[in-house]
Amino acid sequence: MIDHIKKKINELLSGGSVKGVIALANANGHVAPCLFQKGDDLEKLSLGDRETAGDARYPLNKVLITIARQYPDEVFGVLTRGCDERGLHILYRLNQLMPDKVVPIGISCPQSLAIQCECKKPWPDDMTAGEKSEAVAQKRVQDAEGKDLKERFDYWANQFLKCVKCYGCRDICPMCFCKECSLECEDLVSKGDLPVDIPVFHLTRAMHMADRCIDCGLCEEACPSGIPLRLLYKKTAGIMNAEFGFTSGIDKNETSPLSMMGPAPKK
Amino acid sequence: MDYRNTLTTCTYCGCGCNFFLESLDGRLTGTIPCKTSPVNEGKLCIKGWNVHQFVQSEKRLTKPLLRKNGELVEVSWDEALNFVASGLKAAKSASGADSIGFFASAKVTNEENYLMQKFARAAVGTNNIDHCARL
Repeated sequence: MIDHIKKKINELLSGGSVKGVIALANANGHVAPCLFQKGDDLEKLSLGDRETAGDARYPLNKVLITIARQYPDEVFGVLTRGCDERGLHILYRLNQLMPDKVVPIGISCPQSLAIQCECKKPWPDDMTAGEKSEAVAQKRVQDAEGKDLKERFDYWANQFLKCVKCYGCRDICPMCFCKECSLECEDLVSKGDLPVDIPVFHLTRAMHMADRCIDCGLCEEACPSGIPLRLLYKKTAGIMNAEFGFTSGIDKNETSPLSMMGPAPKK
Repeated sequence: MDYRNTLTTCTYCGCGCNFFLESLDGRLTGTIPCKTSPVNEGKLCIKGWNVHQFVQSEKRLTKPLLRKNGELVEVSWDEALNFVASGLKAAKSASGADSIGFFASAKVTNEENYLMQKFARAAVGTNNIDHCARL
């Protein structure tokens, strides 16, 4: 698969249709986000797989936003998994990226990663390489819903208590781009205090993720306290789907139920 | 267009978390925790996440300052170091080496802390060495 991707990147760069391609690269024995430009060595390209599939994924769309804000007239390629493609759709909708300035280079995720993520769509529609893996059922959410209300409440209160307020879940999130963040609003979240405001801190973020979360799982991987954030956002996404028939990022022309006035859209 | 991720180690404490300092055209734009680091495995605390901010802070001291007539004024490194050295010498000859104490720091490297204690013990002649983390 990687040779196919290299060929595609080479075509894009040498043909001049993109200024650069945002992907991952092996360097110093690690994997890091990288901007490949014309003439760069593509041998160091990585797809983010080290010991297991996808264990060195990074928020490439976030990198793209950083670069695109500085170079708004240039076109960039970006390595895109299923979740990243959902992210692009939402970032276009929220005017953070311009669709005519982005060339996605789609790769599917292997089944092992899809199972680990319990991913509903482990492939992008626009796929350059790889084969579609199968969608995976949301067992984590089902298991959590199996507990009774008190058990669930205690579980989450204990999880939130572990929070060290590093803001890593927000900082790593490819869908978090606001200049002013509610989690830094002192009317909602007290400054410099631990334990964190329970449950305001985590539920405020969950609410903001409701029509944005692409279920990439980077937040949970970045949490030093091991809080099951992905489970929380999967549940939030499940409510959006059940109530509004909405799955964030799946449809290119989607409108968020949270930004509409009037009755709920038809399921 | 020069986008880079430079692998480095956090300067805030002794844990040694690894991250990439993200830069675009020579300006730091962010911190990205290194997922393949065996130390922090892609996680950081709030200080690590914001470590890129102090580097370009306008409040950062970049030149030595010496208080003259109650006001801090910019001086050369030679003048600053001469002032410190003569102050330490004067204190030592007036009240002995144990009248001087040294504070090491978590924000410098292991090697710099080694040099600090070596300077305290071998050059000044005291074991009065402590560390900001005792606070």
